[in-house]
Amino acid sequence: MSTQSDNQPVPAENRASGWVIFVFFLIGLIASLISGWIAFPNLLYSTKQQPIDFNHKVHVEQMGGQCNSCHFFRDDGSFSGQPTLDECKSCHMYPMSNDPDEKKFIEEYVKKDKEVPWLIYAEQPPCVFFSHAAHVNGAEMECGTCHGDIGQSTSLREYQENRITGYSRDIWGYGMLRIGEARHGRRHKMNDCAECHLKETGSKGDCFQCHK
Amino acid sequence: MTKQARHTKTKRYGMVIDLDRCTGCGACMVACYAENNVPFRKDESDKMLSLNWLRVFKVDNGKPFPDTEICYIPKPCMQCDGRHMEGHSPCVSVCPAVATDYDEPTGVVSQIYTRCFGCRYCMAACPYHARKFNWWDPVWPADMEKYLNPDVSARMRGVVEKCSFCYHRYQKARDSAYVEGRDEIAENEYQPACAEACPTRAITFGDLLNPEHEVYELSRSKKAFRLLEKLKTNPKVYYLTAKNWVRRKADNYLEGESPADRKPAHKAETASH
Repeated sequence: MSTQSDNQPVPAENRASGWVIFVFFLIGLIASLISGWIAFPNLLYSTKQQPIDFNHKVHVEQMGGQCNSCHFFRDDGSFSGQPTLDECKSCHMYPMSNDPDEKKFIEEYVKKDKEVPWLIYAEQPPCVFFSHAAHVNGAEMECGTCHGDIGQSTSLREYQENRITGYSRDIWGYGMLRIGEARHGRRHKMNDCAECHLKETGSKGDCFQCHK
Repeated sequence: MTKQARHTKTKRYGMVIDLDRCTGCGACMVACYAENNVPFRKDESDKMLSLNWLRVFKVDNGKPFPDTEICYIPKPCMQCDGRHMEGHSPCVSVCPAVATDYDEPTGVVSQIYTRCFGCRYCMAACPYHARKFNWWDPVWPADMEKYLNPDVSARMRGVVEKCSFCYHRYQKARDSAYVEGRDEIAENEYQPACAEACPTRAITFGDLLNPEHEVYELSRSKKAFRLLEKLKTNPKVYYLTAKNWVRRKADNYLEGESPADRKPAHKAETASH
């Protein structure tokens, strides 16, 4: 009797347990993917909205198609970055359209003479010295190479802030694994700078090239 | 994008300090504190706990009253080139975190505070005591935080800091050169805060390799010497003096160790200082 049982096919309930293992594996895999792709980024990054929904496309068209109409170099070579209220006021003392955001801008900032607290997507930590002049004038790079085609956008995307470091998500990049093409221009971590410098200038550069 | 980086001509920025002109007023130290956000404590009486990137030392010739002579030695980071002039300076070679490195284009020894984890090997290695350790987070009185220099990052507790030859001023000068389409920056465009503040113009700063810069001639003058030259650290800070006893003190040999001491003929002369 016992020798006969050795040759018997696998009982039905054993085959079913194989399916159970697969289902549990699948549940585990899906749970891991959800936690890695959705739960963890939401835990790590808080989402903020810009104070005013700014339309870059309209401004680029009105201001002659150049980024440097508003984001210009000062005479000493430093980069102005975000336009100040004074620069906005040179056109927007009074509403120029029926746009609700423009109305909000004039009511809340121009009339109260208060600077707009823009959230800067590419803002670097205070230990970083980034020279716009070296990249735009020296290496003749386009703004969009690093910043993406923000000049063609009609509305500002949400700003995501790393809850631990307080830095913008653009620094690490939107893909958690940092593989493939970045979503908005380029990623802005130190390794990303070094990678491009190595490719373009043959050297990652010394520490003081980009640190202060 | 494919264009190569400009300003590739190698420079060796250095300083020449005329000790015979220095009055020991300390304006350079004050300028340095303000320029580089160097923290200070409420009670600065214990100088062992002070942070300073530039410190004015006072030495005397050790003689009694009528013959006493005093010399003040302003002492920033020496920005050592290393024994073979290749940047193997004492601090750079010991840092386990690569928080300090030798900036090839300018010869300035960098210190990256966010990289430093405070082991202080560099402080032990530095023969000039140029490096200081932040034992506390900086505390700025009242509104002073608003007056900090945005071009220099503030340091935190637990990291080492040191003089950078006001490297941020070099970066700014380069920026304006880029915007104006120039390849090189002029001598007066990049001057550290201490050199600008010195009322007797004792501190001269520039590229030691550039014959058009004032430091080129001064560093090669007969009056020029460097501190602890016997260590072969090749500092880029030169001192000028006509006083022999100062020059001897700069290479402070132990008794009987000095090459001059070993020659019996000079023994009487060296013992007199």
